[in-house]
Amino acid sequence: MKTSIKTAIIGAFTLIGAAFAGTTIANAAGDSESDYEMKHIHWHFDGFRGTYDRAAMQRGYQVYKEVCASCHQLKFMSFRHLGDKGGPFYDEHFKNPSDNPVVKGLAGDWEVTDIDLDTGEEITRKAIPSDNFPAIYSNKIAAAASNNGKAPPDLSVIVKARSGGADYIYNLLVAYDEEHPTENPVFGGQIAMAAPLYEDAVEYADGTPATVDQMAKDVTEFLAWAADPKMEQRKSLGLAVMIYLLILTILAWFTYKQVWRNVKH
Amino acid sequence: MSGHPSTYEPKNGFTKWMDQRLPIIRMGADFMTYPSPRNLNYWYTFGGILTLCLVAQIITGIILAMHYTPSVDAAFESVQRIKRDVPFGWLLQPMHAVGASMFFFAVYIHMFRGLYYGSYKAPREMVWILGCVIYLVMMATGFLGYTLPWGQMSFWGATVITGFFGAIPVVGESVQQWLLGGYAVDNATLNRFFSLHYLLPFVIAAIVGLHVWAMHHAGQNNPVGIEPKSKEDTLSFHPYYTAKDFFAICIFLLIFAYFLFYYPDSLGHADNYIEADALETPAHIVPEWYFLPFYAILRAVPSKLLGILLMFAAVAVLFILPWLDTSKVRSMRFRPVTKLWFILFVIACFVLGWHGALSPDDPVMGVKSVWWSRAATLYYFSFFLIILPVMGLIETPKDRPDSITKSVLGEASS
Amino acid sequence: MSVHTENSHEVIDEDKRDFIYIATGTVVAAGAAGLAWPLVMQMGKAADTLAAGAIEIDLSKVVEGQQLKMLWRGAPVFVRHRTAAEIAEAESVDVSDLKDPQTDDERLVPNPAGKLEPQYLVMVGVCTHFGCIPVAEQNKVKPQGEFGGWYCPCHGSHYDTSGRIRKGPAPKNLKIPPYEYISDTVIKVG
Repeated sequence: MKTSIKTAIIGAFTLIGAAFAGTTIANAAGDSESDYEMKHIHWHFDGFRGTYDRAAMQRGYQVYKEVCASCHQLKFMSFRHLGDKGGPFYDEHFKNPSDNPVVKGLAGDWEVTDIDLDTGEEITRKAIPSDNFPAIYSNKIAAAASNNGKAPPDLSVIVKARSGGADYIYNLLVAYDEEHPTENPVFGGQIAMAAPLYEDAVEYADGTPATVDQMAKDVTEFLAWAADPKMEQRKSLGLAVMIYLLILTILAWFTYKQVWRNVKH
Repeated sequence: MSGHPSTYEPKNGFTKWMDQRLPIIRMGADFMTYPSPRNLNYWYTFGGILTLCLVAQIITGIILAMHYTPSVDAAFESVQRIKRDVPFGWLLQPMHAVGASMFFFAVYIHMFRGLYYGSYKAPREMVWILGCVIYLVMMATGFLGYTLPWGQMSFWGATVITGFFGAIPVVGESVQQWLLGGYAVDNATLNRFFSLHYLLPFVIAAIVGLHVWAMHHAGQNNPVGIEPKSKEDTLSFHPYYTAKDFFAICIFLLIFAYFLFYYPDSLGHADNYIEADALETPAHIVPEWYFLPFYAILRAVPSKLLGILLMFAAVAVLFILPWLDTSKVRSMRFRPVTKLWFILFVIACFVLGWHGALSPDDPVMGVKSVWWSRAATLYYFSFFLIILPVMGLIETPKDRPDSITKSVLGEASS
Repeated sequence: MSVHTENSHEVIDEDKRDFIYIATGTVVAAGAAGLAWPLVMQMGKAADTLAAGAIEIDLSKVVEGQQLKMLWRGAPVFVRHRTAAEIAEAESVDVSDLKDPQTDDERLVPNPAGKLEPQYLVMVGVCTHFGCIPVAEQNKVKPQGEFGGWYCPCHGSHYDTSGRIRKGPAPKNLKIPPYEYISDTVIKVG
């Protein structure tokens, strides 16, 4: 009987191992042969208790707004998401993020198209928190036509959509070769996006020096949150559930022992 | 549904009234008191675990269907909305996706257990065959479900799988386009896949009912593979096996929760977070991990039709397994040589799964991946078609105990 | 399950057994309740539904004697620019006779200057009976009811010029949505 428990546990770990092996293989397959060595960043959101670094996300939002947003949309996100619990501009005084004045202000920096309710004509107005991030191009063909034939991908889930995740996005942004701005070893050669970041491309309000490395880290932190906005909730619920299940497992074990106490097996 | 004499006695007026009209309480009571062999080990808890998986998938699935939109323009976005805006959607969506993986993880252990202890042998052929049908329908359901998020892997997976039918001589293309409802995977395909994905779990539930009925009718197999001979050899299902199953379920849920809360995407593929694009194929199409062994078999053969036939044969061979294994001994515990072949078979399945994830040209230990797949495929079929039929005839089994009780008491010290 | 109690040893054992069963049962029940919560709550309003709340209406664009219909939270909001006769009629009613007693003033919201503007009546255009949309047009095809306000064609409820129920099966007056004046002529509903 004991051996079968052992085998079951080993089996479980084999599955976990296989899952990780699978990811590693996928990562390895994505890389091409080049001298560039992927840097592994210790992200604030790594690990079982990891959370997003709020200041980094706020700076990252600024980088997104001032640099990325001219070509890349965040089409599955609304401005109100910025003020959600776990988000970059969350304020506990405003449970409803649409009431958060910071979020209202950020939304007001953007313009969205709408319909005039009297004439039915298309108009442009200031965004409000419930609006989605606006489309940049009217369609995919237009997007490709204005960007060297390749439509800039949407960034809402980009960190999840690339094997390697946050590390990939960060490395992609810093790996540009200064002499060949359209080549990127992380991407694997020619890339339609020319090096987007340069020293002091933005001016951070908190005085952080805007190096390429810093901006790449910050915008990745922001995009990691955008791709998985409920991560903090998930992890904290996960901890509670794991503790609960551990207690239940111990109780179940004693129940089992009690039920079987008079049976030889 | 149980094959043992009923010991249920209605006690009050209502239960007596019911018992004469619809003996459903009797059915439940008989189920709970079903005499199970006293020596069932933890490998036998996966039936209970799988029942839980099915129920969990149906519940989370019904919930997701309340929020999901089956349309090529809205499917991807509606899944994002579930994860971002629907109350607890961030929990329920990965519960369903990770749950599918856990379901297959459990079903594979359940199947290997049946193989090892000879649970497919007379008089349990129908239990096994119904199990194979469940597995087939599960595969269909898993595949259909993976299409629904409408990511790149959804789209191209659906394209490749439906392409199998295109390999049928003469009528292939017509059949494929009939399945798709168009020239390629499109809105019509997504809609019918959603409809069928919702239907099939209930078909599974019905077949599970038959599977359990057949098992109770023929009696449960057990690790020594000897039929219970006296009352001493059995224990009432409740509380003995409910308690044991419950403990096993707790362990299973711990593993489930670990993936659900900390690595919800580790069992999926990054490309499925890219919205489906009919103009661009991902560099490296792979199915979900639970299909990888079959994918490796498919690619082991350079001919399209032959590869597909071989892949279907890999499942079909399971159906005739009860008649391929000629041994009179059920449990591999008493088949010292076949046991080693079995271990090798499990390894072959893992090798297939591993190489299903690689590109055929990737070298592994100096050998191209496709050759690993070929060797493992060859062994997979040899195990069923040569080893099991021949070993049954030539192998000398070990001495078996006279009864389950004797085996339990005799082995208690070891 | 019956247990033989032959000596005191077994009795202690039985207490322990009961404790562990009760403890396990309690923890399972708590877990089940915890699991039921998200399964039930998921059917509630999603964040995007909650966020898309408010609409703005420019009252000055509604001509006297006319009614504007706007969609708010999936249902129509009526903005009626009432005539002097209609206002007079609404104010002259003896409130104690009404099924759902309310004065006309109670059904209005003050403007930024703190004054009521009785010419503008803003209501949710959903019959309080079973949710049909009452009609206000004054013609033969769509009569506006016996009290000159609204008439619900589904089950024959008559509302007066203040939107109060006067005759028919509806139990309540037409609902007033939460709204405020954000300028002299523009209101924000929601």
